Amino acid sequence: MQPYDLPDDFGHFGQFGGTFVAETLIEALDELRDMYAKYKDDPEFLAEFHHDLKHFVGRPSPIYFAERLTKKIGGAKIYLKREDLNHTGAHKVNNTVGQALLAKRMGKPRVIAETGAGQHGVATATIAARLGLECVVYMGAEDIKRQSPNVYRMKLLGAKVVPVESGSKTLKDALNEALRDWVTNVSNTFYIIGTVAGPHPYPMMVRDFNSVVGKECKIQMPELENKQPDVIVACVGGGSNAMGIFYPYIDDKNVQLVGVEAAGDGIETGKHAAPLTSNSPIGVLHGNRTYLMQNDEGQIIDTHSVSAGLDYPGVGPEHSWLKDSGRASYVAIKDKEALESFHNLCLIEGIIPALETSHALAYAEKIAAKMSPDEIILVNLSGRGDKDINTVANISGISL
Amino acid sequence: MSKIQATFKALKNNKEKALIPFITAGDPHPDKTVEIMHALVESGADMIELGIPFSDPMADGPVIQRASERALKNNGGISKTIKLAAEFRVTNKTTPLILMGYANPIEAIGIDNFISLIKEVDIDGVITVDYPPEESELFVNKLKENNIDSIFLISPTTEDKRIELIINQATGFLYYVSLKGVTGSANIDINQVTKKVLNIKEFSDLPIAVGFGVRDAKTANEVALISDAVVVGSKIVQEIENSNEDDLIDNVKNLMLELKNSINDGAIIK
Repeated sequence: MQPYDLPDDFGHFGQFGGTFVAETLIEALDELRDMYAKYKDDPEFLAEFHHDLKHFVGRPSPIYFAERLTKKIGGAKIYLKREDLNHTGAHKVNNTVGQALLAKRMGKPRVIAETGAGQHGVATATIAARLGLECVVYMGAEDIKRQSPNVYRMKLLGAKVVPVESGSKTLKDALNEALRDWVTNVSNTFYIIGTVAGPHPYPMMVRDFNSVVGKECKIQMPELENKQPDVIVACVGGGSNAMGIFYPYIDDKNVQLVGVEAAGDGIETGKHAAPLTSNSPIGVLHGNRTYLMQNDEGQIIDTHSVSAGLDYPGVGPEHSWLKDSGRASYVAIKDKEALESFHNLCLIEGIIPALETSHALAYAEKIAAKMSPDEIILVNLSGRGDKDINTVANISGISL
Repeated sequence: MSKIQATFKALKNNKEKALIPFITAGDPHPDKTVEIMHALVESGADMIELGIPFSDPMADGPVIQRASERALKNNGGISKTIKLAAEFRVTNKTTPLILMGYANPIEAIGIDNFISLIKEVDIDGVITVDYPPEESELFVNKLKENNIDSIFLISPTTEDKRIELIINQATGFLYYVSLKGVTGSANIDINQVTKKVLNIKEFSDLPIAVGFGVRDAKTANEVALISDAVVVGSKIVQEIENSNEDDLIDNVKNLMLELKNSINDGAIIK
């Protein structure tokens, strides 16, 4: 059987992906593609990357058996890949370390990033401080209001946070604004995209840097259970943590891959952020072709999710391909269900998960009950929930 | 010969350069668009670039972003844009019309449907900002089959090899983006623009329009001296944004006349 080798040279995953940008960005993307091709297998570059992942990020992250949660559900064993234990509290840092090291090799003294909940912004500001790079983070004005602790974190780390007032003033608009900055400052600036979206080579590059997650699991899981998991569950906004854990398992056809989108108030209400589960049409946004939430006239529509990190109208193009090919399946979890699982994990396992991650947990709990005790579910615990305590307190009617 | 080519040929015979204003269809309101288009022609537009409003215009600066937002708020969009063009064509059958927009609205209504609709309205050319030649061969071929020009952007960072790739697909004219940045973002460096335009001319006989940073009559004059057409977008859209309803048409006309005079001056000096 042919091993999985997408994307092609132009960044296509079947009909998805590609390079849909204005001519003004092509040269920069060509340069990035060439430099990434040069360094991705370079032993010195990889040694530096893995050194930083070990000593700065704290990798490898453990896999933890959620014994009490498993008992409570009464079914398959639930294991958690503890990305929440990374420096800065989420998987996002794997990718920012990789891209920032590449920026350094390319001689770019300035990095920019977009951020929704602020996790990617914090991870970028962190590595920029570590490497002495100037850092500018674009963040929707609405998100700045919702996520003030992360805004201050970025400032403490020396980053400039620029509020984005256009469009819906959220993540997608921050991405637009970062692209505009990049077009303008192409010669001295590296754009660190935070998810497996954007034009080629970003979906591939962000996946590759995050695939350290799945590679570790492939070693750790047999050490614990003498076998690979039966099902891997990860939440999907843009889809970087899911791609990170899925990718090394794509050719292991016995391992089921499940991506969990945000159903918000429910798919049927239209207030959600689940382009795959809601069967949204295919479209073009932020440089790639993918399933996309839009109206009949191709205008991007507002999304809704309790978790800012999943609040995105598109999805990484590789997920669209995995869905169509049947290799992965995609489901959606409502705000309310995610919140229940959030509280569950706090109380039963002593772990405060991110609201994004809570979507994956909620789905794992659902299927675990129907599976046998000798089966294994591995959940990518993509981030910690400290950033979400204000949101959860608000919903619970508590003022902090 | 397409209307775009014919227009360039006629201008060349008169030793004149083209003035191509850009407006967003439906800005400030769809009721105003056709009136503005006619005013543009009356005050010297040789062709009109009509922007299709989009929720996520990533290559545009704040002025044209806001124009998109105003149009969308008033039920603007790709269907409305084509309807407005049709309305303009009722009384004007000669001025070349170029649609400029992003891929997603076009794909959303369907490429074949889009092309058949704009053919019916007698649209002359299409600029799809986020369709580089690598991703748009099918679309461009279909436009060609229907005698609609495909206009491509060339940027300050476009290398010779890519210029060749682009001119292989481009028809009508080439659109040189005169600065590194988004629409309307800064003043341009005329020496750099001149160098690049001469560079492009080594590869292609297509007329070259220059745009993205033409903000005043002086720049328009300088650009006209070294190119075949001057595109003015953000400056006109800003005038529309800043005008109240009563002055809007007069203000746009005055701005256009000023630009037109400066461009003709340029041609005469040459």
